[in-house]
Amino acid sequence: MCLAVPGKILEVEERDGSRIARVQFGGITRPAYLEFVPNAAVGDYVMVDVGFALSRVNAEEAARTYELLEEMGLLESEGLGPASRTDPGGGAA
Amino acid sequence: MKYIDEYRDARLARTLAAEIARQVTRPWVLMEICGGQTHTLMRYGIDELLPARIELVHGPGCPVCVTALETIDQAIQLASRPDVTLVSYGDMLRVPGSHSDLFQVKAGGGDVRVVYSPVDALKVARKHPERHVVFFAIGFETTAPANAMAVWQARREGLTNFSMLVSQVLVPPAIRLLLGSPATRVQGFIAPGHVCTVMGYREYEELSREFRVPIVVGGFEPLDLLEAISMLVAQLEAGRAEVENQYVRSVCYAGNLPAQRIMAEVFEVCDRKWRGVGSIPASGLRLRPEFAGHDAEKVFELSDVAVDEPPECISAQVLQGLKKPLDCPAFARTCTPENPLGAPMVSAEGACAAYYQYRRHTVKV
Repeated sequence: MCLAVPGKILEVEERDGSRIARVQFGGITRPAYLEFVPNAAVGDYVMVDVGFALSRVNAEEAARTYELLEEMGLLESEGLGPASRTDPGGGAA
Repeated sequence: MKYIDEYRDARLARTLAAEIARQVTRPWVLMEICGGQTHTLMRYGIDELLPARIELVHGPGCPVCVTALETIDQAIQLASRPDVTLVSYGDMLRVPGSHSDLFQVKAGGGDVRVVYSPVDALKVARKHPERHVVFFAIGFETTAPANAMAVWQARREGLTNFSMLVSQVLVPPAIRLLLGSPATRVQGFIAPGHVCTVMGYREYEELSREFRVPIVVGGFEPLDLLEAISMLVAQLEAGRAEVENQYVRSVCYAGNLPAQRIMAEVFEVCDRKWRGVGSIPASGLRLRPEFAGHDAEKVFELSDVAVDEPPECISAQVLQGLKKPLDCPAFARTCTPENPLGAPMVSAEGACAAYYQYRRHTVKV
């Protein structure tokens, strides 16, 4: 119930004064109300819980966190053989 | 899935665990509050990846588990009425009340429906003006804005056949109670990332200062939790006690202001009884008097009768981090998800259910 899940906004429509998004979570899409994230737009990732988006995922912070983790992993693997690069998943999403 | 898969990288998880092991010079006891985090820790075996000197104890952050037995009984009472449709999140159906559960009421012909969002409960009320639709509004600060929005919308539309049985709870008063207990062993907390997405983490700074305890706001994926643990260990080893935010991709200091506004408009703070813990001052939310027409307790004049828990269930100690599910003699023997004695064995966020799913091989039944 407290597990909000990140999904990508595919489209936004106005209905009865509310902004409702169609949000993609992996292979499925679900509607989510955007009342609490008025600036969220198509292409943004939002954290959705019980049908409402609670935050817009901060792509820069996400990329920075992951790069720090990656860096740590790469440093660690020095001398243990080449580490496989993984896509940090940052960028302009 | 983006923002999920990359935080499940096994190689980085091992690296982070090794990094934590390098930092640790003495034993530390850490608590994750949120049951969603408990499940991640068990599912990915993070507790087993960590050095033995780091002990994780599990907190009360399972909304289904802490909903008072009396409130479950009230929901059962409502669902048994011929004029009421009770709408709930799915997890609540198997939670044992004192004599029955909602699933049995449904099986016996009661109109009990499961929804994913409170907005779906509104739809049921619009579609069935002849029924009184009661939404069982439970949860922490995470579900409160959505539940508040549903009531606000019902009032705007004049949906007089919609009400809520509210059992909203708040995290910081529970942390205060745990830290104030002489029995507490917890030296550092992982604060719940989605609660803080809504509320920010100002309240946690007060707790950290008052009790000199480090608190790190953490996410829900394995790397999030390992990083949060690493940040806590770094603070503890350095003798620091601050609030830090690991979950920066979702949480900012002030939280979500539009969500906090609707919560404040619809709800007010009240004392609340937590199942297994007892009454905690100012730890709950109830509807403001302006919304009395949508408050099921007022509409149906529900009484609050104190009832006893089954004596063999140790969920009270489990929810306070004093015992672990494997310490319970009933675990996986007389208490299973199919026949639960206590709520933590039922919920997807319950500690006993997490151990049952991922650790029961360690128990000789």
